Amino acid sequence: MPSGIKNKVAILGMGCSVFGERWEDDSSDLLLEAFLECLEDAGLEKKDIQAAWIGNHIDEVSIGKGGCYLANSLHLPYIPVTRVENFCASGTEAFRGACYAVASGAYDIVLAAGVEKLKDIGYGGLPDSPIFGQMARLINPNATAPGMFAQLATAYEKSHNIPMDKIKKAITHISWKSHQNGAKNPKAHLRKEVTESQICDSPFVAYPLGLFDCCGVSDGSAMAIVTTPEIAAKLKPNQNRVTVKALQISVSSGEELMYNRWDGSGLVTTRHAAKKAYEEAGIKNPREEIDMIEVHDCFSITEMVTMEDLMISPPGQAPDDILNGFYDLDGQVACQPDGGLKCFGHPIGASGLRMLYEMYNQLLQRWPEDRLVKEPKIGLTHNLGGVPSQNVCSICIVGLE
Amino acid sequence: MIGICSYAGYVPRYRLNRMNIVAAMGWLNPAILMNAAGEKAVANHDEDAITMAVSAGVRCLNGFSPADVDALYFATTTAPFKERQNANIVAGALATREEIRTADFSGSVKSGTAALLSALEHVGAGSGHKALACAADCRLGKVGSVQEMVFGDSGAAILVGDKDVIAKYVGSFSTAYDFVDHFRGANSKYDRQWEERWIRDLGYDRLIPEAIAGICKKYDLELSAINKIIYPCYYGGARKKINRDLGLEFNQVQDDLMMDAGDSGSAHPLLMLARALEDAAPGDKLLLVSYGNGCDAILFEVTEAIADFADRKRVSDSLKNSQEFDNFYKYLAWRDMLPVELGMRGEEERLTRWSLVWRNRKAILSLQGTRCLECGTQQYPPQRICINPDCGAIDRMEEVVLSGKGGHIVSFTSDMLAATLNPPAIYGNIDFVGGGRLMIDFTDCTLEDLRVGMPVHFSFRVKYFDQKRDDTFYFWKAIPAGEAIKNA
Repeated sequence: MPSGIKNKVAILGMGCSVFGERWEDDSSDLLLEAFLECLEDAGLEKKDIQAAWIGNHIDEVSIGKGGCYLANSLHLPYIPVTRVENFCASGTEAFRGACYAVASGAYDIVLAAGVEKLKDIGYGGLPDSPIFGQMARLINPNATAPGMFAQLATAYEKSHNIPMDKIKKAITHISWKSHQNGAKNPKAHLRKEVTESQICDSPFVAYPLGLFDCCGVSDGSAMAIVTTPEIAAKLKPNQNRVTVKALQISVSSGEELMYNRWDGSGLVTTRHAAKKAYEEAGIKNPREEIDMIEVHDCFSITEMVTMEDLMISPPGQAPDDILNGFYDLDGQVACQPDGGLKCFGHPIGASGLRMLYEMYNQLLQRWPEDRLVKEPKIGLTHNLGGVPSQNVCSICIVGLE
Repeated sequence: MIGICSYAGYVPRYRLNRMNIVAAMGWLNPAILMNAAGEKAVANHDEDAITMAVSAGVRCLNGFSPADVDALYFATTTAPFKERQNANIVAGALATREEIRTADFSGSVKSGTAALLSALEHVGAGSGHKALACAADCRLGKVGSVQEMVFGDSGAAILVGDKDVIAKYVGSFSTAYDFVDHFRGANSKYDRQWEERWIRDLGYDRLIPEAIAGICKKYDLELSAINKIIYPCYYGGARKKINRDLGLEFNQVQDDLMMDAGDSGSAHPLLMLARALEDAAPGDKLLLVSYGNGCDAILFEVTEAIADFADRKRVSDSLKNSQEFDNFYKYLAWRDMLPVELGMRGEEERLTRWSLVWRNRKAILSLQGTRCLECGTQQYPPQRICINPDCGAIDRMEEVVLSGKGGHIVSFTSDMLAATLNPPAIYGNIDFVGGGRLMIDFTDCTLEDLRVGMPVHFSFRVKYFDQKRDDTFYFWKAIPAGEAIKNA
């Protein structure tokens, strides 16, 4: 068994741009906004950064391929810069690259950045592109993300024998809660409180998902500077330190896509990644030991099934937990305290780092009272990129040292 | 004995009541009211001549092995490709062998019978034991035209062979005239016709009786000895006159399906023949006459074998599977007769990468997957490493065609965001009967028709049309099958 990277990497500073429809800003503007905050938080200068990773998914709309865009935007002085892409886990992949660089001893001070400029697509939602390759484009439907994720609901209904009405109530509460949280967050894209009936009665995008079951399509950037715990202790002797407890990725093997075992009602990868992450972090009982989570609520139904796939809610119990307020801001496990993808927004390559930004600042208790999770010790972030039948799941657990 | 071994018709599900056309376009051309009775069959937005021919062909080959087909002839005047053998797409979808004779027949609506005659002669000449003639048409008249009223979309298929024939091929008589009642230039989308009175009086009313007289003389037949005369003629008056002049009894003339489907061009004579075979009794003489710049008259004699022929209602069933279609604008949009805004999502790059398609042609056209020789797991698309995680055998696969297997629904949705000419886009995961899974488009259904676990069957359809390059790409879609799946 590998020993993992628990407590081998510390977060020295983080930054996050305002998310939203940033019509007047390029990706480089978003990057700069996050970078300035990140550098200031870390107490470093640009020249201190030894290597960088950049996560970005839809390169054709914004930054293109390779590492040059980040290096050019911030004028990073001839250091190694690597662009990574792994669907919605791209931001967490950038963080993973940076953490491994530090944990391996190759570098001391490393930047992990994520950026996405979606509002140059020209229409709502994500662009159609052959994300699973050219053959898949020929044999699979001309599907959209809401249509692919909506199927979790029809399969869940069958698999758990829970009526669609109840599923719809639970996912409505999910979006309601995220709007409540997002409304308090000055950096969130969607900052309006909405009623449950507004959510439930919104027009269908893909059955059974309505408009309010879908996350915001946003521009934004988020970043972290990571280092060793020793350097962090030296640079910030008077501050609590946030360290990485676990960082795991699981990718579909093709089984969900082609084999007949998976029932379509949850994410197989999330279960694999969660199991490995809990092992790496030494977590035995996630329901009791995890204080807060930022999960990949690209659609409300994804959040619902993720509660079970993370093994926080028992199978078939997520709707009840959700409706009982277990995941509300003042619940036992606060979920999406910053508003989530739903309201903070979802600039794909930045999302994983945005989630970490929330966990990091909550752990350091930096937020105003009205959106503060009370003295958390452990936070978890979860990204789910692709579609339920073939996807990449990343899970990162961070906590106080 | 050479003759017909099997038959099937395919009438697309959607039927436009002709009064809808009158309501929309009667202001322009009040005369279309003359043809306003009944319904015309309308191909779904994802259907064309090729897919309808395949749908008919699939049903026709029910109970036969596609591997036994030695020639496949496809007749249409609305071929999606001018260069690229359309028949090969049909053959691929039907999963015939690749070592077969294929040809496209076109240029006239009597091309359907030309294909049928060639199939009969292919077998008759001893070139092969079985030949399949498929025909389908999706012809367009201009908006508000008589042709728009009378044309309907349909397909038909006739399998001929040299044994176990249900109708013996007796002989034929053909005429060919450059009689230009209808024509469509190489670059035209819409049919054009000369004066209707001329078409009626010098076309149908002269050429059809001439062909009937010709075949009777050639084979020394009395007209009264023929049990069913099968000929298309969408002019009701002309039809009555021909019947009267020839002294035909009412039940001696096959219904022309104008009320139920409309004139389906190349396919129509074969569709009517297939319908006649549903009711035919051993010993019946059937005389098929096509019409289009001349005529083909073909005489069959029904054999005892028809009594044992299973599942005979192969046109009526398709006619019965109907859905009222009352939106004339939707019809125009589906046939690309009305520019509609699909949004920028509908402008996605559609370039077909032909070298990739070639490598994967069986998976695409025949819905062919693989079955693991070690553990028996069936899988799609074809895999080299077995998908069963407990097996994982490498390069131990046999080919298996999945198009006829059916499946059941694992999950589904209806998507308002996806660009389609028939929103919402309905798709979902299906499991194939016998194993394997595919995320696939659904068609010919609505969201309300679907439940997890429901059986589906597969239909060959247009996957997308690349407007920029005038290229149609085909793949399979799922249709909720209700009880019909039990044959799978």
